[in-house]
Amino acid sequence: MSFTNNFQNIKIKHLFYFHTPFYYLRKILIYTCLTFLGVLVSFPFLWMITASFKSLEEATSPSLWIFPTQWQWKNWIYVFHSAPFGRYFFNSFVVAGIVTIAVSINSILAGYVFARLKFQGKGFLFALIMATMMVPFESILIPNFILISKLGWYNTYAGLIVPWCANAFSILLIRQAFLTVPEDYYESAQIDGCGHFSFLLYLSIPFVKPALITGALFSFLGSYNSLLWPLIITADETKRVVQVGLTVFSGDAGIRVNLLMAASTIVALPTIIIYLIAQRYFFQESIRVGLKG
Amino acid sequence: MIPNRIKYKKRSDFFIAILLLFPSLLVLIPFFIFPLFYALQLSLWGGKRNTGIFVGLKNYMVAFQSPMFWQSLRVTLYYAIMTVPTTLILGFCVAYLLSKILRGRTFLRILFFVPYVTSTVAVAMVWRIFYNPQFGFFNSILDLFGFPVQRWLLEPRGVLNILSGGVISPQWGPSLALVCISLFDIWHTFGFAVVVFLTAMSTLPKEYYEAAQIDGARPLQVLFHIELPLLSPTWLFLITVQLIRSLQSFSSFYALSPSSGRTMGTTENLMLHIYSQFYEYGYWGYGSAVAILLSIFIMALTFIQWQWTRRYVFYQ
Repeated sequence: MSFTNNFQNIKIKHLFYFHTPFYYLRKILIYTCLTFLGVLVSFPFLWMITASFKSLEEATSPSLWIFPTQWQWKNWIYVFHSAPFGRYFFNSFVVAGIVTIAVSINSILAGYVFARLKFQGKGFLFALIMATMMVPFESILIPNFILISKLGWYNTYAGLIVPWCANAFSILLIRQAFLTVPEDYYESAQIDGCGHFSFLLYLSIPFVKPALITGALFSFLGSYNSLLWPLIITADETKRVVQVGLTVFSGDAGIRVNLLMAASTIVALPTIIIYLIAQRYFFQESIRVGLKG
Repeated sequence: MIPNRIKYKKRSDFFIAILLLFPSLLVLIPFFIFPLFYALQLSLWGGKRNTGIFVGLKNYMVAFQSPMFWQSLRVTLYYAIMTVPTTLILGFCVAYLLSKILRGRTFLRILFFVPYVTSTVAVAMVWRIFYNPQFGFFNSILDLFGFPVQRWLLEPRGVLNILSGGVISPQWGPSLALVCISLFDIWHTFGFAVVVFLTAMSTLPKEYYEAAQIDGARPLQVLFHIELPLLSPTWLFLITVQLIRSLQSFSSFYALSPSSGRTMGTTENLMLHIYSQFYEYGYWGYGSAVAILLSIFIMALTFIQWQWTRRYVFYQ
């Protein structure tokens, strides 16, 4: 801290500024704008939840009052009776869970290879894997559908899971994290007779944990929220995931708004809970590398 | 002795590398790299499903002559023009305001990002009910202020036609239904722009702000002469990312546009066009051809973005 004359002047100016009406006016203006936007953002969620507890007449009335006069708690149970949402949830969690585990394992292994090992053709393989990030989804949609059908995986878990079990984004994320592990650790571990696998298991995982969690979160949410692929690869409700189930239900439910809102809330809830618990991981690594949405 | 050991180590590294990479390559090569070439081959075959014959470039010709292709291309571009600038400008303004406050900043940042992580289909259902012509929220508001009620998602007429009271032809410009989908998308994704801008703003060097303060710069001068120029890489990154996202968007269109085709194709973008041609009508070759046309455009954008990102990282 240097207390030159110049800096003191600024401090005095600052103190003076804090007490001007202009300062308070500006603060009030900013908070008003942000509160208004906050209400705009949260309003659909609020409405979704309250409408799910309304009776049908209330949910379809043009009234602007959002809270139900009588809370219909049974709506949430009716949803599970009127469509096999239990089955949909089971499928979604199985698919998203296996995809997440597989992506995590694959990206740890591949990330370690690209961060630490030296071998012929490493540059080529890395470029090849990174190039898959540039492949737009729609261009591989039809060929993958045909491929999966030819493998006999149409309308199976394998068809939903296998094509998403590795991705370049997660590999890059983990590789960057491995690069931050100091070189000395590797050398001393090698001198102590530590092989690649024990090194990975005992020394590297703690270092890459934040990146690993970020990658896992994005895999899970990406898989859980995906619509197009499950839509074309599943044929009946035994393999249908929640996103497809909800679009089908919205057609069937038609005007039964309260049940549709209960279903939407139930579908949205897992992602919101996961996000709120783990939100710091969303803002740390991911933004720098660039999200894939 | 030493050179031998190095050579030996290199060989063992190669095998272990292939072993560790094997599961990833087993997924990425058959499901990401091979399909690219397969799609090129498919696009040269005509007919339905696997009954087609080799037709050369005819599928591309059909696409260029089909009015449905041009309409879906127009819808895709209208959508991009409406959503990308609005999302980014709104996101920047909100991030700027958030950067000026301390209390409540973390809470609001978390709140603004919630729509982005929530499933598109689930929140689209809420908006679909808001847009409902009989009891929807938007018509209630219009009714309250004495404006004529609208058909929102079911309205194929151009929004300019409605706003101008019928002076401009209904075919001109995006339909009201498309504007409704765009509004939903802006609400759904602007939080992403907020978070990226806010992160970028927090990494700007403090010296610039101090220098500006010493020179007595006003907040708006700081914004236009320091923050905006320094944030130009972030703008470029977000423009390309959001542009690619909007060109590829499927879920919001699928969940919001009525299935019975009552909007006369004004809410069918290229992704829906590909989906319906390929999945509902079984035109594998034609679908692949349109997909490749869209992909070329998107890959060019991705490539530009990569170049920019590399330059950005270099300058940091």
